[in-house]
Amino acid sequence: MMGCGHDIALIHALMDQELDAVHAARAEEAIAGCAQCTAERDRLLALRAALQALASEDGVSARLRARLAAVVTPHAEARLRRRRDQRWVFACGGAMVGAAACAAMILLVPGLAPERPLTDELVADHVRSLQVGHLTDVATSDQHVVKPWFNGKLDFAPPVIELREKGFPLVGGRLDYVNHRAVAAIVYRRALHTINLFVCPARGGGGSHEQVLSADGYTLRHWQASGLNFWAVSDVNPDDLARFEALVRAG
Amino acid sequence: MRRFEALVLPHAESAYRLAKSLTRQTDAAEDVVHDAYVRALSGFSGFRGADARVWLLTIVRHRAYDWLNARSQRNHAPLRLAAADGDDEGDIADWADPDQETPEQALIRSGEAAALRAAIACLPPRLREVLVLREMEDMSYREIAEVTSAPVGSVMSRLARARERLAEVWLRRQTLEVSRP
Repeated sequence: MMGCGHDIALIHALMDQELDAVHAARAEEAIAGCAQCTAERDRLLALRAALQALASEDGVSARLRARLAAVVTPHAEARLRRRRDQRWVFACGGAMVGAAACAAMILLVPGLAPERPLTDELVADHVRSLQVGHLTDVATSDQHVVKPWFNGKLDFAPPVIELREKGFPLVGGRLDYVNHRAVAAIVYRRALHTINLFVCPARGGGGSHEQVLSADGYTLRHWQASGLNFWAVSDVNPDDLARFEALVRAG
Repeated sequence: MRRFEALVLPHAESAYRLAKSLTRQTDAAEDVVHDAYVRALSGFSGFRGADARVWLLTIVRHRAYDWLNARSQRNHAPLRLAAADGDDEGDIADWADPDQETPEQALIRSGEAAALRAAIACLPPRLREVLVLREMEDMSYREIAEVTSAPVGSVMSRLARARERLAEVWLRRQTLEVSRP
């Protein structure tokens, strides 16, 4: 209880988003009608802003990042080795049984399909982007800032559209490196989820090559449009990502 | 393994912030996080929860308390991971911490950020952790309750107390600044 007779716990619950819509509206009204409560809330919000500013200073050092990578890396290296071994076996097998059998194997053994390493790479890039400070090189919801930012950094112009009104606010952009080339990563949000849209020129034939894959709880959607390759990667539900693709294509 | 990388590795920042706020030392916080990741990896096959961050931070918190206990063990009773309700103030380690500044010392330090940081360090660990998880990690009361193995009601009262104390120190400092010639 505060001096004004109001419940201070209510102010906390409101600013911590722990109230449902009805109670939140009621609490807001009560606070707005009381100078003491308003002052208390403002004080708590100022404190929060100061704490969050502190949080952004406490980054993970490169040293710790390396140590954590080393916790995981022995396994990552083993995986890469395994992948190389598979390819080698595959190459030998091909030489022995001939080119036709070889082609059949590409179709039959999903683990050896050429797309697989690329999707791994995209998911890894997506995950890396989620680490604080890695998501965007240019952080703005203004498409007229993001688009020119890519100029001179890439040899193509990725389309950057705002989808805030459709429920996918633009967060910013970043240069990324996928499949041995620089690509544009355009970042959107869906509620608390992040969507990375990777864009690069389509090489070779222009045939519309569409794919929906999932890996480790992430969904990937791939399509081509206007001579560009698009990959959308996110942990949003697959229906939302399908809607996102439709919106980007329509944009 | 890719699943571990995808689910757990992105929360390194959160893990470090919690470890740093509890240990108050960069090196110790890094050791705690590293140790927590090693344990998380070995226990990952048993992870069935919905939220990897809550799971990881629970492990980090345990490691951090282990570290605090190891340090204060020579002279003091161990810090319990879960205190009986209303017992938050009674942690001996809170008051016998050699690195701990008094709020007054904190006030004298220059710079608002430094003062705020020091003021947080003056809080008992159990108030500090709920504050950090709420304000810096944006966790819900329920998630904080899970990480700190405390009932939601305790989370709320600790959070209110942490904010009250911090706001007090902060306000006193501002008053000091104003009264300075």
